Amino acid sequence: MELCSFLTLDSFITDPLTHDFMRKALLMSSLVAAVCGFLSSYLTLKGWALMGDAVSHSVMPGVVVAYALGLPFSLGAFIFGVGSVALIGFIKQKSRVKEDTVIGLVFTGFFALGIVLVSKIKSNIDLHSILFGSPLGISTSDVKQTIFISLLVVILLSIFRKDLMLYCFDPRHAKTVGINVFFLHYLLLTCLSLAAVVGLQSVGIILVVAMLITPGATAYLLTDKFNNMTIISVLSAIISSLIGIYISFWFDLETGGSIVLAQTFIFLFAFLFAPRYGIFKLKKFLAGYK
Amino acid sequence: MESINYQNFRIDAENICVDYNGKVALYDANLRLKPGQICGLVGMNGAGKTTFFNALTGFVNISKGKIRINGESVRSAQKDQTIAYVPQSEGIDSQFPINVWDVVMMGRYGSMNIFRCPRESDIQAVKDAIERVDLTDHLSTPIGNLSGGQRKRTFLARAIAQRASILLLDEPFSGVDIRTEKLISELFIQFKNEGKTILLSTHDMIHVREFCDLVLLINKTVVAYGETSEVFTPENITSTFGGISPDFLFGPES
Repeated sequence: MELCSFLTLDSFITDPLTHDFMRKALLMSSLVAAVCGFLSSYLTLKGWALMGDAVSHSVMPGVVVAYALGLPFSLGAFIFGVGSVALIGFIKQKSRVKEDTVIGLVFTGFFALGIVLVSKIKSNIDLHSILFGSPLGISTSDVKQTIFISLLVVILLSIFRKDLMLYCFDPRHAKTVGINVFFLHYLLLTCLSLAAVVGLQSVGIILVVAMLITPGATAYLLTDKFNNMTIISVLSAIISSLIGIYISFWFDLETGGSIVLAQTFIFLFAFLFAPRYGIFKLKKFLAGYK
Repeated sequence: MESINYQNFRIDAENICVDYNGKVALYDANLRLKPGQICGLVGMNGAGKTTFFNALTGFVNISKGKIRINGESVRSAQKDQTIAYVPQSEGIDSQFPINVWDVVMMGRYGSMNIFRCPRESDIQAVKDAIERVDLTDHLSTPIGNLSGGQRKRTFLARAIAQRASILLLDEPFSGVDIRTEKLISELFIQFKNEGKTILLSTHDMIHVREFCDLVLLINKTVVAYGETSEVFTPENITSTFGGISPDFLFGPES
């Protein structure tokens, strides 16, 4: 029966939409992807890929503790996300250990703490869904939280869009003209923690960093304008989410992994064929035929 | 009486020290500059030139000493857009997806509202600044596609658009073409006539002799400071560069 459905593109797309959980998954994942994609252009330009990885792993114990205490999981995740960054900064300043080592050390420590807590705290936390995401099984209260956090991040990023761009580009100038660089630094970190929290529902803690860097990296290869980069980043993130969920539905694959794989393929496509920065410079190639 | 004295100086740095996590980068440094003065900041790599700039812009905190800009604190100088910083080429990600117009517009951010919406006056200031550095043909060129000299001029335009009265330039002549070098020198003369104060770091001894009224030789602290003709002596330069003979630095005498 499934094979028949494949024959028309129409039913390939519409059939899953008859399921309530699929409609919800598609909508929520698109929202989460849009948020992560928006943030992604800042993180890739700022060079915060490793920081993104660190924060997203470090939220693990926060999620577990929050669940155990009956608090919103986003609150716990946020505290541990920002806490990990503060700890990284502190250890870096007070020791001679290099920064990337400190980052690796802190986030694996937090992550391990999270795993140990899951095994110790008796609750209905599903380790698998935290690690690998469960966009198809998202609960109603999670939906509300996700929408709230997503809107918050989008509003913050929109208001401080230009300042954050300046902060990524030339923080020294920002400081010189009286812009609060300290505030922008923590704003970006806050948005990073919040995006990691919503992103982990889609693809899980382990892969959420992909949501935060791949769309930005793809967009970076395709444009020289910051605004276009943001738009392309958001669109590629949303498209990847939709493709990933459909593929996982029809072929019965892990959803989070499928979404990230779709992102990776889009990146590879840009890497090979981007008009100006691809391996095969499509623009030059086409121009040769004119 | 004392306050009037302060007002006479655009920059007044007194015994400033900067350290990074206990490592001293600059100590007991003094500098006083008046409107219309051009001062060359000369020293080896790691002698504290960039640190000096960072202290003046407030990008790093000083651990000791006092900095007055137009008689006020660095904080209020930031608010008033008094200081513009022109970074050295290596300090900028040239692949950042941004064009000439947007970089120069950043010079106006400090005086805009929170959403950074350009007003008519901001747009005019940016246009004028870009014209002065002769980049009108490159308004929408991404900075990654500019030559080193054009990029340098873009950041100079940003400083002009900011309408700052103090310009700090980190290696303004490194890696630029002859045309840019000529244009920058002409601009310096104009800035001087407009009463702006300029502090520039450079490796090139010839430039110091050419434009700088004053020179500040530093090696973690001030080695010598004063009128270029008096201070810029082979002995002082040798001690600034840790014993390397000035003959080597100036090239063989002909």
